[in-house]
Amino acid sequence: MKRKRTSRIPGGAPTLTKKDFESDQDVRWCPGCGDYSILAQTQHIMPDLGIPKENVVFISGIGCSSRFPYYMNTYGFHTIHGRAPTIASGVKTANPDLSVWVITGDGDALSIGGNHFIHLMRRNFDINVLLFNNRIYGLTKGQYSPTSERGKQTYSTPLGSLDTPFNPISLALASGATFVARSVDIDSGHLRPLLKAAFEHKGTSFIEIYQNCHIFNDATFELYREKEFKTDNTVLLEHGEPLVFGAEHDKGIRLNGFQPEVVDITNGEYSTDDLIVHDQYTEDTTLANFLAGMSDTSDLPHPMGIFRSVRHPCYEDLMTNQIQTAKERTGEGDLEALLNDGETWTVS
Amino acid sequence: MRKPVEQLEEATILFAGDSGDGSQTIGTQMTETTALIGNDVATLPDYPAEIRAPAGSLAGVSGFQLHFSSEQIHTPGDLCDVLVAMNPAALKVHLHKLKPNGILIVNSNNFARRNLRLAGYEEDPLEDDKFTKYQVFRVELTQLTRKALEATQLTTREMDLCKNFFALGMILWLYNRPMEYAMKWVKTKFAQKPQFIEGNILALRAGNTYCEATEQFAVSYDVKPATFEPGTYRNIEGNMATVLGLVAASHQSGLPLVYGSYPITPASDILHGLAKYRNFGVVTMQMEDEIAAVGVAIGAAFSGALGVTGSSGPGLALKSEAINLAMIAELPIVICNIQRAGPSTGMPTKTEQSDLLQMFYGRNGESPVPIIASSRPYDCFDAVYEACRIAVKYRTPVIFLSDLYIGMGAEPWKIPQLSELPEIRPDFAVSADTGNGFEPYLRDPETLARPWAKPGTAGLEHRIGGLEKSDVTGHVSYDAENHEKMVEIRAEKVARVADDYPPTEVFGAQEGEILLLGWGGTFGAIRTAAESYVAGGLPVGHVHLRHLNPFPNDLRDILSRFKKILIPELNSGQLRQLIRSTYLIDAIGLNKVQGQPFHVFELHSKIDEILKEIGHL
Repeated sequence: MKRKRTSRIPGGAPTLTKKDFESDQDVRWCPGCGDYSILAQTQHIMPDLGIPKENVVFISGIGCSSRFPYYMNTYGFHTIHGRAPTIASGVKTANPDLSVWVITGDGDALSIGGNHFIHLMRRNFDINVLLFNNRIYGLTKGQYSPTSERGKQTYSTPLGSLDTPFNPISLALASGATFVARSVDIDSGHLRPLLKAAFEHKGTSFIEIYQNCHIFNDATFELYREKEFKTDNTVLLEHGEPLVFGAEHDKGIRLNGFQPEVVDITNGEYSTDDLIVHDQYTEDTTLANFLAGMSDTSDLPHPMGIFRSVRHPCYEDLMTNQIQTAKERTGEGDLEALLNDGETWTVS
Repeated sequence: MRKPVEQLEEATILFAGDSGDGSQTIGTQMTETTALIGNDVATLPDYPAEIRAPAGSLAGVSGFQLHFSSEQIHTPGDLCDVLVAMNPAALKVHLHKLKPNGILIVNSNNFARRNLRLAGYEEDPLEDDKFTKYQVFRVELTQLTRKALEATQLTTREMDLCKNFFALGMILWLYNRPMEYAMKWVKTKFAQKPQFIEGNILALRAGNTYCEATEQFAVSYDVKPATFEPGTYRNIEGNMATVLGLVAASHQSGLPLVYGSYPITPASDILHGLAKYRNFGVVTMQMEDEIAAVGVAIGAAFSGALGVTGSSGPGLALKSEAINLAMIAELPIVICNIQRAGPSTGMPTKTEQSDLLQMFYGRNGESPVPIIASSRPYDCFDAVYEACRIAVKYRTPVIFLSDLYIGMGAEPWKIPQLSELPEIRPDFAVSADTGNGFEPYLRDPETLARPWAKPGTAGLEHRIGGLEKSDVTGHVSYDAENHEKMVEIRAEKVARVADDYPPTEVFGAQEGEILLLGWGGTFGAIRTAAESYVAGGLPVGHVHLRHLNPFPNDLRDILSRFKKILIPELNSGQLRQLIRSTYLIDAIGLNKVQGQPFHVFELHSKIDEILKEIGHL
């Protein structure tokens, strides 16, 4: 299902390094912010993608994460709140050869830009969307976000927030996303290959990245992020493998009716044969939706990795096809003929 | 014996009926035929917002007015010589537009008690004495059409769908126009439904023969062809001219056109029109909302394409933040605003020019954006082309203003030669020619335009965005002095667009008592009024502004040559406010905010009033 891209660098790829992708601008996130790691991992994988850096475009909205393009020595566009998907759609349609990356946050993508987010997913441009989810508004100094848990006490909700949070993975799946994944800001070993997989996926690739804002929402993801907790609280999704987790690989996820549940696979009652076996390539979204729902409850580990990866036609390719077909059918547009189309008369 | 034919200089006809009666169709066909036989013609469709309001109701009346002449004309006419009313509601809505002694043709089959009640008539109004001042023709349009079609396989309901062509057949007879063009259209239109080809052509002929045969119609009329400049002509609606202007700008500049839009009356026809031209490489994207629609235009511009979006007032309100982004990022996009009556949803199917101040000022911060307005249906071609040229040359969003009246109105258009079209040169940056690497805000010293470097160009990687830019480098800057400087540079860049304009044309008196200063779709009414004063030797001039921001450099001088400046507008005085504040001139307004265009007589009465005041009449 995956398609390796051929290098678009004529005459073979010049060797680029991480440094080539670092801009001359000082990075200005709070010291200790998870964004630093995501930036470093992204810069790290760029030289491996086999494309020249002038073909790379980073587009962001507004928010802490959206400063990201300024720090990449590629083409970049820091746009307006929530609208990065729309601008990325225009960039990609106008030039399908570009590698387009959208950098967004939970407020940017799911609140003010929620409408664009779902439509971006269903159109399936070949672009990559990295959602830095820290469950808080950082740049505006600490209001609850659409991924904050209900009851969240913030400056704007001193008595607790009232609304149910979005599950970004479920939302992306429901919107028809063809590549849906989750990772963690500081887990370079997990995030880097995932970024590459997103790039290699032909279609819109969506990665939710658990990201820590230690100023306004510290430790919100500590169970899934910190070494001492994450082995028991996350489960790695690997295609064709049963869902096993735990420090000792002692636990698994099985389906009990319609409910995923944690079972012990060491006491003889259950074995790996009883567990859900991950299939990221299946067209049917039922399994992916089960897995997505696991993070909505407190008693299940959060899946990490690729929930779904399927190949669907891309919007920009379909557009190119329409243009090609029209040109083949009616010939390359002739402006003079167009202006003189229909009933005309001549005055001499 | 052939009935007598009376020669006329001009005529105005209004077709009106239920939305489903096909008034727009036969109005368009009458227009096409009339243009093809050489008259000058101007049209005004007037239809309800509801797709099918209840049959026979006042809300459901749809009208189509056309004015044709053996002279050059600029408007669809004030009052009508002929009103075709397919039902009592159409009569009630439009009777006030019929001239005394005008011809009133009614479908008498639709004047039963029920229809009369739906229109709010207690009795048959045609029995009223006041109708003696019109030439009333009661015609059993429905029955006659059914009779003409009785040999066909059509159901009664299908036969009734053809009765508009019976009416068209009558009008073609009345004005001595051939039926061939309408027949040709019917054959193309209903190629998939041949039963309607037969039905409509039979109805058309029957209507024509009816007039010839019946004693009701004693005379017919003829309007000789008008004199046009040599050239090839076609009939064109404003929105179609906008479509062609955009395709032409894309073709001539070599920039692929990417048009992002969201359906909205009266701009949707531009999306529909452009969607047909994939063979020109035209990309149309119907997006999830107005913001996404302008977003793709901005993204396309960043990629090095001609990014365009189109909408009407409510859509422009939603797009304003994104337009501001294009302004500060200094990317060329064109935003088409086909104005309709506001505020809010307002009256979506009625015309107005009340978005001018919104276009000038409807963005946060100091946000200068060039604004260009088309003045008549065919002028949309040149005006939107000019908008594209300025956008590309100055790397700026440009707003193109049209309105429902000219967007949906039609008139003959002299098709331009490609060689006459101004050059549009993208001049992309290809290399960083300074020692400091690529500087995205290093400006052209003459135009102050910044370089346009498209992704994919090696060595020109750069970052832009909505945060304030440092001069030259484009880096994010919060520096106080720099911010003020950048605000000034952006204003100065847009001000310099005026250096690109040709001298402003003053029609009629070059100096004197009254200057009529207009903009946009009011051109026709103002020019028609101006022509009559000029013909009478009165010191009245007319300037119609195409460029609204910045104003032309020579406008101050022109304004100073007249004692009175009269600004007629279909709003409460928006251009007047701008002119007064810019030039400290006590301009007078003539304002109408009814969702309807000016009648020429409304201009006459205001101009006469001023001329009297200053002792000239």
